[in-house]
Amino acid sequence: MSEYEEHRYDVLIIGAGGAGLRAAIAAREAGLRTAIICKSLFGKAHTVMAEGGIAASMGNVNSNDNWQVHFRDTMRGGKFLNNPRMAELHAKESPQRVWELETYGALFDRTPDGRISQRNFGGHEYPRLAHVGDRTGLELIRTLQQKIVSLQQDDGNGVASDGKLKVFAELTVTELLLDDGGAIAGAFGYWRESGRFVVFRAPAVVLATGGIGKSFKVTSNSWEYTGDGHALALRAGSNLINMEFVQFHPTGMVWPPSVKGILVTESVRGDGGVLRNSDGERFMFNYVPDVFRKNYAETEDEADRWYKDPDNNKRPPELLPRDEVARAINSEVKAGRGSPHGGVFLDVSTRLPAEEITRRLPSMHHQFKELADVDITKEPMEVGPTCHYVMGGVQVEPDTAAADGVPGLFAAGEVAGGMHGSNRLGGNSLSDLLVFGRRAGLGAAQYVASLGGSYPMVNDKSVAAAAAAALAPFETEAGENPYTVHQELQQTMNDLVGIIRTEPEMQQALDRLADLKVRARQVSVEGHRQFNPGWHLALDLQNMIAVSECIARAALLRQESRGGHTRDDYPAMSSDWRQRNLVCALAPDGDGLGEIVVTEKPVPSMRPDLLELFDRDELSKYLTDEELPVENKA
Amino acid sequence: MTYKAKFRVWRGDSDSGDLQDYTVEVNEGEVVLDIIHRLQATQASDLAVRWNCKAGKCGSCSAEINGRPRLMCMTRMSTFTEAETITVTPLRSFPVIRDLVTDVSFNYEKAREIPSFAPPPNLAPGEYRMQQVDVERSQEFRKCIECFLCQNTCHVVRDHEENKQSFAGPRYLMRIAELDMHPLDARDRQRDAQEQHGLGFCNITKCCTEVCPEHIKITDNALIPMKERVADRKYDPLVWLGSKIFRREP
Repeated sequence: MSEYEEHRYDVLIIGAGGAGLRAAIAAREAGLRTAIICKSLFGKAHTVMAEGGIAASMGNVNSNDNWQVHFRDTMRGGKFLNNPRMAELHAKESPQRVWELETYGALFDRTPDGRISQRNFGGHEYPRLAHVGDRTGLELIRTLQQKIVSLQQDDGNGVASDGKLKVFAELTVTELLLDDGGAIAGAFGYWRESGRFVVFRAPAVVLATGGIGKSFKVTSNSWEYTGDGHALALRAGSNLINMEFVQFHPTGMVWPPSVKGILVTESVRGDGGVLRNSDGERFMFNYVPDVFRKNYAETEDEADRWYKDPDNNKRPPELLPRDEVARAINSEVKAGRGSPHGGVFLDVSTRLPAEEITRRLPSMHHQFKELADVDITKEPMEVGPTCHYVMGGVQVEPDTAAADGVPGLFAAGEVAGGMHGSNRLGGNSLSDLLVFGRRAGLGAAQYVASLGGSYPMVNDKSVAAAAAAALAPFETEAGENPYTVHQELQQTMNDLVGIIRTEPEMQQALDRLADLKVRARQVSVEGHRQFNPGWHLALDLQNMIAVSECIARAALLRQESRGGHTRDDYPAMSSDWRQRNLVCALAPDGDGLGEIVVTEKPVPSMRPDLLELFDRDELSKYLTDEELPVENKA
Repeated sequence: MTYKAKFRVWRGDSDSGDLQDYTVEVNEGEVVLDIIHRLQATQASDLAVRWNCKAGKCGSCSAEINGRPRLMCMTRMSTFTEAETITVTPLRSFPVIRDLVTDVSFNYEKAREIPSFAPPPNLAPGEYRMQQVDVERSQEFRKCIECFLCQNTCHVVRDHEENKQSFAGPRYLMRIAELDMHPLDARDRQRDAQEQHGLGFCNITKCCTEVCPEHIKITDNALIPMKERVADRKYDPLVWLGSKIFRREP
C-alpha cells in the first residue's frame, strides 16, 4: 500500500472560497479543530473573480428595501423553483453577514452618510449590492482570509498558531472516506506540490468546492471549477438536484479568442451601460417576457429616467435576470445582427463620463485595455454569453446545510443546490456563500457535538482503493493525452448541452459522454508525481465527466424551458414541471464506472406566509391551479 | 496572424534545471500564459505552472519574462516581435519547487506576523460609519491581488536572503499602512512597522511600484507616508518633550 501522511481534525472544509472560509470561521468559533483544504494557494479561490457585489437588503440607498422584497426577487429570478426556506434564510440573514464583514476589516464603498453603498443589479427591485468598485469578490476573499489569520493569532496569543485552524494549500481531495455504516470518516487527497498522499480523519466534511464551468469550452470559470464537490458527494452516496440549470452569463468577452468567456460584470449595465445590435438598436426592449412585463420600461426614455428617478419609472430591460438577457443576445447573433466577432455591443462610453467609468468600473477598464486593446470609455465592448454558474448541486437541508443521505457531510455555496432555483440573480452568490457557509460550519459543529467524542472510523480498504485510483494514470501505457479528452468534453458540452437545447443533440451528447467516460479511464500521463498538471487534469477529468452526465441526463428529461434550461423543442414554462426537482444519484453498474440515475422529487412548497408576499395574479403564472391559495372572498 | 515563436522555458526542480528551447504556435490576441498552456497540451504535459483566473485578478501566474517580473496572463504576445526569443523563468527570490512554480510560503508567514484589524470597541455590526474619501486611501492597497511580484522584486530580499527574517516586504508593509489608514482601526501600527517589520530597510527605489500589475502606488502612497508618520513620532521635538513630561511613549 502507498505511503501517506495523516491528520486528525473535527471538521474538514474542502474549498477555500467565500463559503469555505466562512464555514471555517463558524466552525472554529464554535470550538472545532478545523482544516481548510484548497486546490490553489490560499486567497486565490474563484470567489476572487466576483465583481458586482453582495446582495443584502440593508436599505441604505432605498429604505423601501427589506428581506421580503429580496425574497420575492430571488424567487422570481429562480422562476419559483427555489427551495423557499433557503431563499428565506438567505434574504433574512444576508445584511447581518455583510455588516459582520466590516468587523473583520472589509472596506466597502460608502453612501454620502457614511453607510455601505448599494448598487442596482439585474432582477433586484432596489439598489441592493454592497460593493467595492468592481472587485467585490477580491474584497470578500481577502477579508475572510485575514479573519482566518486573526483567529490563528487569537489561538496563539498574538503569534499565529495553526494548531486548531490550519490551511492546507495546493492539496486536492480525490475521495471522501466513509465508515462501514456510510457516515463521513475523513478524506483522501494529494499535495499538488509533491504528489504525496494525505489521509484526513474527521467526522464532518463541508464541501465548498464551487462549480463545474470547466466542462464547457466558453466559460468565465477558472481551472479549479471541475465539479469536484459535486462528484465527491455523488460517490459518497449523496445526490444532486437541479443539475440541468446552468447559468450562461450574458456578457463575457468574445475577442480575442484566448480571452473568450472572461466575465464582463453586470455592473456595467447596473451603472447605465446598454446593449445594442449591429443596427445600433437597444434590442432588449423586444425581449421582455410576459411574467416581467409590468416591471420593465417600454421606451428608452423611460428606461433612462429610471437611473435618476427609480420610484416613478420602470427599470431598463438590460437589467432583466441573466437567463433572459443571455437568450436575447443569442437570438440577435443568430438573426445576423451580431458584432464582428460574434457577440453584441455593450456600451457605457456614451452613457457616463470617462472619469466616472474608470472610477466605478476600474477593473473592466483595465481588463479591456490590457487584453483586447479596447478603451471602454471611448468605444463599446463586444460581449456574448459565457458559462458562469451551476444552479444545481448537492441536495441539502436548508437550516444546517447537511447533505442528503450521508451523515457528517455538509455543502455550501455553488456546490449546494436549491437556493437559486432555475436561475441565480447577480449578487446573490456572494451572499449565499456567507449565509450558508456560516450555517454549514455551525451545522458541522452541531453534528460533531452530537457524536459525543466517538468518531466514525475510516475503512482502511477504501484508503487503499483511493490511492490505487489516484495512481492509475501512471500505470496506463501509451494511453491518450488527458488534454485531448478534456477538449472534446468541453466542445461536446458547449455544442450540445449549451444555452439552447434539443432532444437529439442531448442524446448525441450522452453517447459522446459514454465514450469519453471510458477514454478518461485510459489516459496516461508523463513524468512523475511532483506538481504534474497532466496528472491533476487526468484525475479532475473523472469529476467533470460525472457532472456533465448529470447535466445532460437531467436536461434531457425536463421537457420545458425555465431559467438556465432552454429547450428549443419545449419552449414554454410549465406549472406542472415547476413542482418537480430532478435528483441525480450514482448507481453502481457492471463495468465499475457507475451510472447516473435521475429520479423526480417534489419541490418543497412555500409556507402560506411566504406565499402571501406575492399577488395571486403573479402566482398564477407559475403555479398550478391546485397550488394557488384559496381566493379571499371578502 | 499565426506564427511560430521561439520560447525558452526554465525546467527543473530544487536540485537542478536549465532553460529548454521550444518552438510553439502563437495566434492573434494571445498572452504568454496561452503559449505556456499550448506547450502543456502539445509538447510538455508535465510543465508545472500556477494559474487560476487568467484575467489578472487572482495573482497566481507570476513569473519572470525576459527577466522582468510579470503576470503571464497579462503579458500580451503582441508586445514582442515575431523574431524575438521569449524567456520564461520562475520568480527569483523564492525557492523553486518545479519549473515555473516557486515556494511562496515566505509571504504567507509574513502575512501571519502582521497584527490583524482591531475593530473599534464600542461599535456593533451595522453601526460602522465611514466617509468615501477616508476609505479610499486603504481601498487602493486592498486592490492588491497578492501576486508577490513586489516581494520578488524588492532588492532588500532579492539580493540579500539574510534580510528575509526581519523584513516583511512591500506587500506587508503596505498592509500595515492600510490598517494604519483604516478610519476605524483601533491599534497603533507605526512603532510595529519600524521595529518589527523592517520598514527602515526600504530605501524607496520604487521597484515594487514599477512591477505592480494593479498599478498601486506602493512607495508613494503607502511606504513613504508610513515612514513620515514614524519619523514624526520619533524625531518631532514636541512629541519628544511630551514623552518626557507626560511619560507618553513616542
